[in-house]
Formats: sequence, C-alpha cells, structure tokens
Amino acid sequence: MMTKISPRSDLLMLVLFTAAILTMPIWLAPIGAGYPDLLQKFAIFGLFALGFNLLFGLTGYLSFGHAAFLGIGSYAAVWSFKLLGMNPIPALLFSVVFSSLFAVAIGYISLRRSGIYFSILTLAFAQMSYNLAYSVLTPITNGETGLRVLQSDPRLFDSTSEASGPLISNLFGIEMTGYSGFYFCAVLLIIGFYISQRIFRSPFGMMLRAVKSNQNRMSYTGLNTRPYTLAAFIISGTFAGVAGSLLAVTDPLAGAERMQWTASGEVVLMTILGGAGTLLGPILGAGLIKYFENIFSAYNEQTLHAIFSFLPDFMEGAVVSLASLFVGEGWHLTLGLLFMVIVIFLPGGIMEGFNRITKLFRRRPSRVGKRTGHSHSPASANAAE
Amino acid sequence: MDAIVLQILNGLDKGGAYALIALGLTLIFGTLGVVNFAHGALFMLGAFCAVAFNKLIGLEQVVVDPTKTTAWGTPLETRVPYIEVWLGDTGTTMLNYSVPLSIAFAIPVMLLVGYVMERGLIRHFYKRPHAEQILVTFGLAIVLQEIIKTYFGANPIPQSAPDMVRGAMDLGIWIGFDPGTVVYPQWRIVYLFFSLSVIGGVFAFLQFTTFGMVVRAGMADRETVGLLGINIERRFTLVFAVAAVVAGLAGVMYTPILPPDYHMGMDFLVLSFVVVVVGGMGSLPGAVSAGFLLGILQSFASMNEVKTILPGIDQIIIYLVAVIILLVRPRGLMGRKGVMET
Repeated sequence: MMTKISPRSDLLMLVLFTAAILTMPIWLAPIGAGYPDLLQKFAIFGLFALGFNLLFGLTGYLSFGHAAFLGIGSYAAVWSFKLLGMNPIPALLFSVVFSSLFAVAIGYISLRRSGIYFSILTLAFAQMSYNLAYSVLTPITNGETGLRVLQSDPRLFDSTSEASGPLISNLFGIEMTGYSGFYFCAVLLIIGFYISQRIFRSPFGMMLRAVKSNQNRMSYTGLNTRPYTLAAFIISGTFAGVAGSLLAVTDPLAGAERMQWTASGEVVLMTILGGAGTLLGPILGAGLIKYFENIFSAYNEQTLHAIFSFLPDFMEGAVVSLASLFVGEGWHLTLGLLFMVIVIFLPGGIMEGFNRITKLFRRRPSRVGKRTGHSHSPASANAAE
Repeated sequence: MDAIVLQILNGLDKGGAYALIALGLTLIFGTLGVVNFAHGALFMLGAFCAVAFNKLIGLEQVVVDPTKTTAWGTPLETRVPYIEVWLGDTGTTMLNYSVPLSIAFAIPVMLLVGYVMERGLIRHFYKRPHAEQILVTFGLAIVLQEIIKTYFGANPIPQSAPDMVRGAMDLGIWIGFDPGTVVYPQWRIVYLFFSLSVIGGVFAFLQFTTFGMVVRAGMADRETVGLLGINIERRFTLVFAVAAVVAGLAGVMYTPILPPDYHMGMDFLVLSFVVVVVGGMGSLPGAVSAGFLLGILQSFASMNEVKTILPGIDQIIIYLVAVIILLVRPRGLMGRKGVMET
C-alpha cells in the first residue's frame, strides 16, 4: 500500500490530480502529445474508462456493451445542438438524461444474470442499438452518414447568429475547439474523478466490492445486491454518456460506429491496461492507448527507415519490414498483442506493476517477521492504491 | 406456403454455420470450461485456408511468346496454372473443386492451430476467472484477424463453388409445388448437408468411441476421471483441436456463400455466442438446435411481410430472442443444471 487512506490524503490526491490534468499541455509537450486534439481524447476516454471502471473494477461485472452509452450520449448531444443551439451545457444535460435512461433499462434486464451471461446480454444490447442506429432509426441517427448539425436546423437559442462558417460548439462565446475544448473536457474529467473517488471511499463502494468478492455470501446475509449493482451500472453508463457528449462537443458529429463492440472492447482494454479497480489506472490506460494509437498509426515506412537508419543496410530492411507490421495500419495488431500480454502477465494492470515494484523496495528493510503483513489479496491492494 | 418453405431453407444454411461454430464453442466450454472469444477467428482462419489453398493451386506459369504480339504490341503472355501444366485435365478439375478440396488442407492446419493455441495459451487460463479468459481470447482474436489482414488485405476475396453445384435448383417440384416457386442455390444445399454430416460426425465421435466416452465422462466430472488415472488434460487438448477443425471447416465451406474478409469471424462470433446461450451453456444438442432455430428465425424476420409490420426486426431478432430466453429460461433451451449457473 502506498499511502494510508484518510480524507487528507484523498484531498491531496485530488489536488495533485487536478494539477496534473490541467498542466498536461505543458508536461506532455516534450513527448509530442501536447496538442489539443490528442489532449481532448485523453480527457474524454479517461472519463469513459473511469466510468467503466466503476462497474467492472468495483463489482466485477464485465460489460461488453458500454460503447452503446457512448453512442447514445453523442446522439443526444448532437440533437441538443440541433434543437437548442450550440451551447455544450444543455448537450451535457441531454446526454446525461438519455444515457442514464438507457442504462436503467439495459441494466435492469442485464443485471438479472451475472458472469459471462451478463457480458453477453450487454453485448447483445449494444449490438441491437448499433444495428438499429444503422437501419431503422435512420431518421434519428442519420444512418451510415452520421448525424451532424446543419445550418438549417432550428437551434432555438442561437439561430440568430449569422455565422456562415462551420458550426462549432461554444460555451457563452468560447469556442469548444483547441485548448478551450480540452479544458472543458478536463474540468469534467476532474469532476468525474472526484465522484469516482467519493464512490470508492463510501460505504456504497464497499458494498460494490463485496459484490465482487462474493455475491453469494452477500445474499446469504439477507442483502439484496441488485439495487447496488444497478446503481453502479447507471452511474457507469452516465459517465459513458457524458464522454460521448464530449466527443460531440469537441466535434459536432455522431456516428453509429461509436457503438460497435470493438469500441466496447477498447474501453475494457484501457481499464485493464491501467488497472481495474484502481482510481488512477483507467485514466492512465486510456491516455497510454490513445497516445500510442496516435504515435503508432502515424508511422510509415519512411519514418521507420529514418529511425533505423543507424543499422547496416541488410539489417535495416529486415527490421523495417518487421516493424512495419506493427505500426500504421497494423496498430491493431500491437493493440491485440498488448492486450494479451497484459492479461497474461499483469492482470492487475500498470497499477499492479507499480505496487509490485514499490513492494519490492519496501520489503527489503523489514524482511524479518513481517511477511504476513504483505499477504493481502490483490483486490485490497488495488482498492487502496 | 412455398414462401415459408423457402424461408426455412434460407435459414437452414446460415443456421448450419451458426450450429457448427456454436458446437465447437460448447465443446470447448463443456470440456475445458473456457470461454473462447477467439472461436470466430478460427472460423475466419478456416475460410482463409480455402483462400490460401485456392491461391496455392492457382499459381500460374507465365510463358512469353515473342513471335506473337497482343493488340497493344507487347509480347503475348500466356498464363497457365502449373497444376494444369503438370496434371492436365485433372488439374482443371482440381481448380474447379478448390473449395471442397481445401477441406483436406484445412483439417491439418486447423488441428495444428487448435493444438498450439490450447497448449500455448488456453492451458494457462483454466484456473483463471472467466473475465480474464474472455479478455485474453478477445486479444488473440484481434491478433489473428490483423495477421490475416496483413497477408490477404482488407477486401473480401470471393471464392467460387464448383461448376456442378453453382446454379440454383428447383426444389419445389420435388415436394409438389409449382415449378419456379422454391428455387434454391445448390451450394447452400451442399452446405446444409455438409454441416449436418459434420455435426453427426462429432456426435458419433463422442457417443461411439472410447475416446468420446472418456471425454463425456470428463465433461460430467473431471476430477473423478482424473482420479481414475486417465490423463484427461491431454484428451481435452485434442477436443480443443477438434473444435477448431469444426469451426475451420464451417469457414471453408462458407466461402462461396460469403466472400471471406478478415472480420467475418467477429461478426459470426457474437451471433454464435448468442446461439450458445440460447441453446444452453454446455449442451451440445442445445447448441445445434438453437443454431438452426435462430438461423430460421432470422430468415423469417427478413421477409418483407414481417418487416413492414415490425421495421428493423431482422436486425435485432437474434439478440431479442436471446434476451427473452435468458430472462425466461436462464439456463437456455437445453442447459444442464450446474453448468455456469451464476
């Protein structure tokens, strides 16, 4: 355990987290990630993974259809733009309302089963939404083309503005692109982090962890666990909805492919990579994946040749052709391999890796007689992080 | 009436594919207790075995004849597949029958893939939670499909059925309808019979051989079988390989119906999982019957008459059925007690 949990350490963590997020444009600049588009993605997917973690990390229910909420949030936000104007605040409210309504409906049904059945039920619901968005619901979702805001839309509050340029979401005059867009997302991420921290420390969070460790025992003590898991599911779905609406705020467009189950798989991977059940892990995982996606998919043969130019010619060709399998178009191959390696060797994710390393250093001085103190389960170690 | 017969037939061939994949999934789940999300990728690998085999025997010999020129003035090139050069007419026939012939190529390949996968990866996940099994096989599925994408490209590669069974057949006359009402592509009938015979083969293998008996015993009570001094794990490895072969063969024969591309496995996987759940986790007859049932339901839902009443129903019918089944009969249609109850 790194620190003892106390209100003070939590506050410190929140302050540090806030500072780290808000200064991201500065300290990420040296590694080539200090530009707004990518930073927005960090914040948005961080929020998405944070929400997913509230369900999977705490209760252990593996939802394979979380991207449905992301898509619903996006659609709700774009509709709010179309009807009410380009202000992001009503868009956020819209997506919160709609994604939580859907989460209630889907969660109520899916949570009747657990384990793999739950995964398949959520997957089924997500696929249903995806298929419907592509076919019958075209009047609402605009099918394959994707939903976008048009000049001719009613836009109740700002239809008077005669700007002829592309429609950009703006918060009382501040345009939600570039750094201002990032800070908007960052503020929501910090709020999300605060909520998730509160949940982790609350009796409600304890209850969810108890569900993860042994649901049967919970039922034997006469406790109905379903309201708790349903609440977690709804909160988690709402987080995803907000993330979806932020995607629409930074770029007013929504498409059905956001709901596809590969997108659900991606958020699972982010959470696992960072460390399910930890506070910071999912955000870290989301950031890493988006960063590497950005870096790796930008590489091509030329850049690889430039990188490996120090090698002798005959080796360079071989190395480049080998490496080019994993970058650019082949980025998904790297992602899949990474996924497998993490699940095989480090199921607790990066945070577990950190814990192992710190434990390695902690153990040295107190080797005598203190062995038993370290034999806690990974779950409790994660919970404290 | 004839429309109904036609829809049932339409559903049967798709149902055959679902049933074959679901059969393999259930086999793996029942024996090894592993939820294999990479099973769709095995189906896809099988389909690409057919593509690879077709490419292999279709390798062409290029002869440049400098005396003749084409209309553009370049020397005339004649391209003849090597196999025709070497074997003459037999070679032509082989090219024509490349899809059925690639079964012989796919079986050893899929056996090897299944064996390596089980020994190399799945074995280490017997004792891990289902969530981790799902995740690791999901990762493997991504890796497999990306590898295929690098070698075969992202576009679908159409394969053709042998000439003899390429056309359509008027099934209606045989069962007393007017000619021209129930016309059905012949290859799909071949596929239906093929899937039925593979299913029959697997059941016979489990039911009538000593090996199958041991496997069934292992499915029922793994520990006791182990206590009797039988190395059950080694047999389960083979079961995994057999399941891989079944999925692969389903893929090979499906290529003339649906041109294979790298993500076809994922599309089928999601549906096959739904099939397994509807049929009942761990029940082989359940998986097979649910496969055919859902295939037929899907084809009925895509009838125009149904679509006008319930628009979009063809897109979601399978998932809808799964949701209802899971809520009403949690164990699925034929699920056994005690298998994955939670």
